[in-house]
Amino acid sequence: MVVAVAEDSRGTEQARQWIEQAKTAYWCLIDADHCVADLYGMVNVPQAVWIDEAGRVVRPAETAGSTDHFRRMDLATRTMAPEDQAARLAARTAYLGAVKDWVLTGRHALATDDARRKQPRITTEIAQAHAHFRLGTWLRAHGKPEEADRHLAEASRLHPDSWNMWRQAADLDAVGKAGGPEFWARVKALGDRPYYPPPDLPGFGR
Amino acid sequence: MVIVLGQSGEHAVAPAEGLWLTAADAQRVTGWTPKPEGMCCDDSCVPLPAGATRPGHVDVAAFWQFLGNPVLHDDAGETWVLGVGAEARNTQLAGLEAPDFTLPDLDGVPHTLSALRGRKVFLTTWASW
Repeated sequence: MVVAVAEDSRGTEQARQWIEQAKTAYWCLIDADHCVADLYGMVNVPQAVWIDEAGRVVRPAETAGSTDHFRRMDLATRTMAPEDQAARLAARTAYLGAVKDWVLTGRHALATDDARRKQPRITTEIAQAHAHFRLGTWLRAHGKPEEADRHLAEASRLHPDSWNMWRQAADLDAVGKAGGPEFWARVKALGDRPYYPPPDLPGFGR
Repeated sequence: MVIVLGQSGEHAVAPAEGLWLTAADAQRVTGWTPKPEGMCCDDSCVPLPAGATRPGHVDVAAFWQFLGNPVLHDDAGETWVLGVGAEARNTQLAGLEAPDFTLPDLDGVPHTLSALRGRKVFLTTWASW
């Protein structure tokens, strides 16, 4: 079963067009508070968690098929080199193949110790950031944008690795800002660090 | 009226001051029940910190922070967040049981993750932004 969660503080109406176009048979849920990111320690989208029949996490939060090839995109034309497009598609196909393989055979499920080791480590700052983020999105939805933005900014300061928090706050400020010049400056500032850390799965070059 | 954003959703409460709540409201927003021995949840009880209780009321903010959890409120003190602290979160993640949640679909119909027990679940996230 697929459960696709929209981390969208603008709520249902913002997510509707994508969900309706996808015409899915699985659950498409709206998570305006980003509670799933909080519960599972996610920092970006798309990230996925694999859960077995007993309700146990067998692969903690990790990048779900996306790659960093977009970082080499020509920003004027918004296009990627053909080889980057091909590599990107190959990674997505490999990831989807691994998911199907797990569903059919159980392969790629991590042993208990490995799954535990790969769980994100939540710091006091991260826990505090989630509280600020929750208050910020609530204040945004209740007509207090200036006060909201203080809390959203504090959330990103406390948890700078969370692209979800930074991009959601940018989007609440203005649609499109999450992918604007400030976003690209932040991506560039990563330097050698990945935007989408590759999962530890076959075909991901680790 | 004050809104408390807790782990079980939004609650409207009427504190005496700050986040001093009646036993019933404290139970509703925290899941912990005030008893003579302290605040109790399932089989465990935690003594309330000094000064966090008086007849009929509990200082929920003080109790929640005492547990190691974040507590925030807006400038007006009208909206409070009772968060989950790092230790509680890490303990839960290390246990590997998938944390449960209930979220609405496009039609507002709530769905609960744990209802899918017995099936493998590919839990994935996306966003419009």
